[in-house]
Amino acid sequence: MAEMTYRDAVAAAIAQEMERDPSVVFLGEDVAAAGGVFKATVGLLDKFGPERVVDTPIAEQAILGAAMGAAMTGLRPIAEIMFSDFLAVCWDLVANEIAKTRYMTNGQVSLPLVIRTGNGGGVRFGAQHSQSVENWAMMIPGIKVVAPSTPRDVIGLLAAAVRDPDPVLFFEQKSLYATKGEVEEGEIVDELGRATVVREGRDVTIVALAAMVPRAQAAAELLAAEGIDAAVIDLRSLVPLDVTTIANSVVATGHLVTVEENPRLCGWGAEVASIVAEECIFDLDGPIVRVTTPHVPLPAAEALEDAAMPSPERIVAGVRHSLA
Amino acid sequence: MFSSRPKPETMTAPAAGASAPSLAPAAPPQEVRLSLYRRMLEMRGFEKRAYDLFLQGLVKGTSHLGLGQEAVAAAFGEAMRPDDYTFATYRGHNHTLARGVPMVPVMAELMGRETGLMAGKGGSMHLTSVEHGMMGSYAIIGAHLTIANGAAWSAKVRGTDQVAVCFFGDGTTNIGAFHEALNLAAVWKLPVVFVCENNLWMEYTPIGSVTAVRQPAAGRAGAYNLPPVLVDGNDADAMYAIATSSIARARAGEGPALIEALTYRHGGHSRADPAKYRPEDEVRQWLERDPLPRYRFRLAADGVAAEALDRIEAEAQATVDEATAQAQASAEPPVGLVEKDVFADGGATWRR
Ligand SMILES: Cc1ncc(C[n+]2csc(CCOP(=O)(O)OP(=O)(O)O)c2C)c(N)n1
Repeated sequence: MAEMTYRDAVAAAIAQEMERDPSVVFLGEDVAAAGGVFKATVGLLDKFGPERVVDTPIAEQAILGAAMGAAMTGLRPIAEIMFSDFLAVCWDLVANEIAKTRYMTNGQVSLPLVIRTGNGGGVRFGAQHSQSVENWAMMIPGIKVVAPSTPRDVIGLLAAAVRDPDPVLFFEQKSLYATKGEVEEGEIVDELGRATVVREGRDVTIVALAAMVPRAQAAAELLAAEGIDAAVIDLRSLVPLDVTTIANSVVATGHLVTVEENPRLCGWGAEVASIVAEECIFDLDGPIVRVTTPHVPLPAAEALEDAAMPSPERIVAGVRHSLA
Repeated sequence: MFSSRPKPETMTAPAAGASAPSLAPAAPPQEVRLSLYRRMLEMRGFEKRAYDLFLQGLVKGTSHLGLGQEAVAAAFGEAMRPDDYTFATYRGHNHTLARGVPMVPVMAELMGRETGLMAGKGGSMHLTSVEHGMMGSYAIIGAHLTIANGAAWSAKVRGTDQVAVCFFGDGTTNIGAFHEALNLAAVWKLPVVFVCENNLWMEYTPIGSVTAVRQPAAGRAGAYNLPPVLVDGNDADAMYAIATSSIARARAGEGPALIEALTYRHGGHSRADPAKYRPEDEVRQWLERDPLPRYRFRLAADGVAAEALDRIEAEAQATVDEATAQAQASAEPPVGLVEKDVFADGGATWRR
């Protein structure tokens, strides 16, 4: 076991996969010589050379197009889109090209590629550098959507994403880059689509993703002080979605609260709530509650951004509402 | 409006090795010319038939014909190596046939049949046959130029000497992806050949009225440190010459090319378009420059017997008739296909 930051785990994961498989290449803006704007890819250029670790122009369509064309012809590219907000300028590649090509070609084309991107708020960057856009991705048939909450999971899930035969959108939460966690020695590879029960509990199921996981855990501590025993599930991926783990927990607790960083409408929690309503309604003992950012762009100032994003206190309030 | 409009670029000979610009490159070998003629006839016959089948209600949806533009696709198909990559647009029937994709599955795809190239899941605008190097037909303007770069980049990283060829229209030169792709191809010196088929119109708007330079592709080449190349896209021999030289340069590691081929679509933009907006004179002039009769005339003048040409024409027509019959005899795709091949496991499962 060693302690590692979420940021360093990104470089460790990419290095693990590039060492294993010479067809893995990595491209993006400022990722090679500079080591990335979040310093999450430091050292890769030195280790793997400029053929495989490549700086690009500021041209997001060119980046994802290059990744797609390379993936369909024998490479396994990892493309970085610096901030997830910038996915909007290359969304055609994501939504129309990468996601649909296997289907439209009746399975002729495989696109084993990963798009890594810095997602989410909490770093006071304002509305164009703070969005949580995992819902945009989840809505599109044909791509997998992953968002780790710990350094260990960054490695395990990024490795799984690189090895996956399907395109994966990999959301790294910017507010987590500096966080630390224990990481075991040796190769780490997980399976996509497995949620983790990070806290067992009998009274309520709290389902969270990425930066909302530590907040849900903090809320569970507050609730424990009141004698409420909350289970916390780290979803880890939205597609595939681990309905089994959620449903098993909800059946046991009778209460569901989702915690989403994204703005309210069509957030992933709405999908989870609808599945649970359809399939577990008779196991529920109270309303499903969604705790989200309100339906607003994220403001920049510390006081405003903190007020917008789900806090442990708001999660606690959501749980009380479900239990009331 | 523009005080110093760039002068029209002159015809440029094959960029590599040519000592002086020549307007008349050496004619291709005889067997290549006959093959080009046969291929263009098959394309012409195929698309006319596709149109007839649409009128009969046997082809549904939309499709975009390349009638009149056959020489561009045919010449590149002839010049490419079997393992080279083609990227085409929704106007991609010709480019697909040019790679040797059999006509039956292409026709069946247009008709939405089980034996279609993609079993009916793609349709006319997305023809793809990876085993023939036909890496896809893309229907959102611009994106596939960036994807062609990726295939070329991959060839370079993998150390093969494959080349990617990417076809698109004049209208595509005004979208951002065109410029992102050209810049990256030039900076990374990728083995990719970009072929702009300038048919003078985007959908219903003349390209000149919305473009800052006179030649939409050649006029932009300089911005990417590439030589401007303007060719007669209705001359199969000229197209073959530029195709072979630009592919050879790319294969040799000398980087990308941007070619503007002047051509004309005989019909409307798509099925729904009677193309009434085009000046009659313009249409008449271009019909006179139809690449097919022109090529027959040239081959005959160079000594190919009329009977030999007649025979090729009859055989091409027979191929079209046979393909139509076979495609029409095919069943509709099983509805089970709806939820197949979203993901690599063969299905559409998004949950566990
Ligand atoms: C991004 C995008 N915008 C608009 C369209 C609609 N559209 C389809 S074809 C076309 C005209 C394209 O003209 P050009 O590039 O000259 O190609 P041509 O059709 O002449 O082959 C347009 C506007 C589209 N498919 N994609």
